[in-house]
Amino acid sequence: MLEIAGLDLFYGDAQALDGVSLSVAAGEIVAIVGANGAGKSSLIRTVFGMERPHRGSIRFEGREIAGEPPHRICNLGIGQVAEGRQVFPNMTVRENLEMGATPPRARAGASAAMARVLALFPHLSERRRQLAGTLSGGEQQMLAIARCLMGQPRLVMLDEPSLGLAPVVAEEVFRVVRELNRRDGLTLVLVEQNVVQSLTLAHRGYVLENGRIVMEGGGAELLADDRVRRAYIGL
Amino acid sequence: MLYLNIIVAGLLTGAVYGLMALGLSVIFGVVRIVNFAHGEMMVLAMYGACLANAGLGLDPLLAVPLVTLTLFLLGYALQRGLINRYIARPDHEQFLLLLAVATMITASLLMGFGPDARNVQLGYAYDSYQIGAMLLDKVRLLAAAGAVLGAAALSGFFRFTRTGKSIRACADNQFGAQVVGLDVKRLYAVTFGLGAACVGAAGCLMLLLVDVQPYIATDYTLLAFIIVILGGLGSMPGALFGGILVGVSEALSGFLVEPSFKSAFSFGLLILVLLVRPQGLLGRA
Ligand SMILES: Nc1ncnc2c1ncn2[C@@H]1O[C@H](COP(=O)(O)OP(=O)(O)OP(=O)(O)O)[C@@H](O)[C@H]1O
Ligand SMILES: [Mg+2]
Repeated sequence: MLEIAGLDLFYGDAQALDGVSLSVAAGEIVAIVGANGAGKSSLIRTVFGMERPHRGSIRFEGREIAGEPPHRICNLGIGQVAEGRQVFPNMTVRENLEMGATPPRARAGASAAMARVLALFPHLSERRRQLAGTLSGGEQQMLAIARCLMGQPRLVMLDEPSLGLAPVVAEEVFRVVRELNRRDGLTLVLVEQNVVQSLTLAHRGYVLENGRIVMEGGGAELLADDRVRRAYIGL
Repeated sequence: MLYLNIIVAGLLTGAVYGLMALGLSVIFGVVRIVNFAHGEMMVLAMYGACLANAGLGLDPLLAVPLVTLTLFLLGYALQRGLINRYIARPDHEQFLLLLAVATMITASLLMGFGPDARNVQLGYAYDSYQIGAMLLDKVRLLAAAGAVLGAAALSGFFRFTRTGKSIRACADNQFGAQVVGLDVKRLYAVTFGLGAACVGAAGCLMLLLVDVQPYIATDYTLLAFIIVILGGLGSMPGALFGGILVGVSEALSGFLVEPSFKSAFSFGLLILVLLVRPQGLLGRA
């Protein structure tokens, strides 16, 4: 579904991505793990068209998308749950969700999608008239995910959805991710520092270090790897 | 009673100021660009209304839709073609760009119309209504009604339309706007167009009340700044309220001291508000 090959990204002189190649098949959960500053968010932003890569190709469903602007990429069927949730704090929960249906492709089915999303997140449904800025961190994360689903994406990239959440709330986020994949067959890319949980959940994973992919394999396989355990799990 | 009449006249004129300042506030609130050509655009709109009057025989009130649409398109094109390229540049470069636009507008108006003041002759210019001891000028009443209507239309647009909501989303969280797939640059252009449209309508309405000549543009730019800062940056009700306040202050100072002293009063008011409430009267801290 998504094939990335030889991707280079620079911020000025600093290289953030160095020859990154990876692939995501339809129906998979793929985890990308790595330390602070490894380039995980840069990778997601580049796929979404928010950064312009210097080299390399990004193909989505066979079509080259590198260099396209975000609103086009979004309309092709890629959704993003960005780092830091990025809700609209001074708009209501309902308005936030409406904004999720921005891609023209998602307009026609917007009211059906709204009903589905509110059923999936009953908590948000209760608060739909509340300003998003008044929600708790966990609720905002659920809103960010729900808003993304309003765009009816086929591939969703989540950037550290568990960051800053209490363990039980983080569990809930991972549960939602699993359910979206199992029940709706959604393809997901999960970027996390929470290595154990994301690799447990994922079918496959990649380890990113200083902008480079240094390891790849099945989720359980990576989780059992000594180097991964030493570097990221502290064992 | 004389005071009441003066205050009411200032209040009505102030509503038109408010609509003009609303345009500045909307542009700044969303695009984060300070439109230093705001007063020049106002004067452009006033000349537009003059032309519509001379050429088509249109009353400035009836010229509002035409001039507003023209200014919208101008603002849209300006943002799309020029200002969008400067969004990420340092403030002083943006300042120079808008200053250049302002200078070009004034120079073009001077070339086209010369430096002399113009106005439109209205059959109802001296009509007034008497309510008790209060005397209301018809032109002022019409201008204020138009301004309030314009502001209400804009507010409804932001609240109820998809494009309006998208613009609010952009102002609320620009990164988030990109995340949901909004075309931010197009929305910036629409926003600048809307800000210019406010000025278009305000210019037509203002022409009911005063003469126009190219050099008054900078006065209007300053006026719009004072009002927006007074009312609170980014606050739409603040811009209207600030406009009305400045209108009243100008009217009173013109009566109590002398008309040429009115800007000093407005600036005094501004300094006072900044000292007591730096975020502006209706601004958020
Ligand atoms: N907009 C930017 N301009 C310049 N440098 C940047 C920018 N964004 C990120 N960087 C740099 O690029 C590198 C990768 O950053 P990135 O945010 O992609 O890492 P990350 O893996 O997402 O980290 P974290 O876990 O902290 O979110 C870092 O060295 C960072 O300082
Ligand atoms: Mg990151």
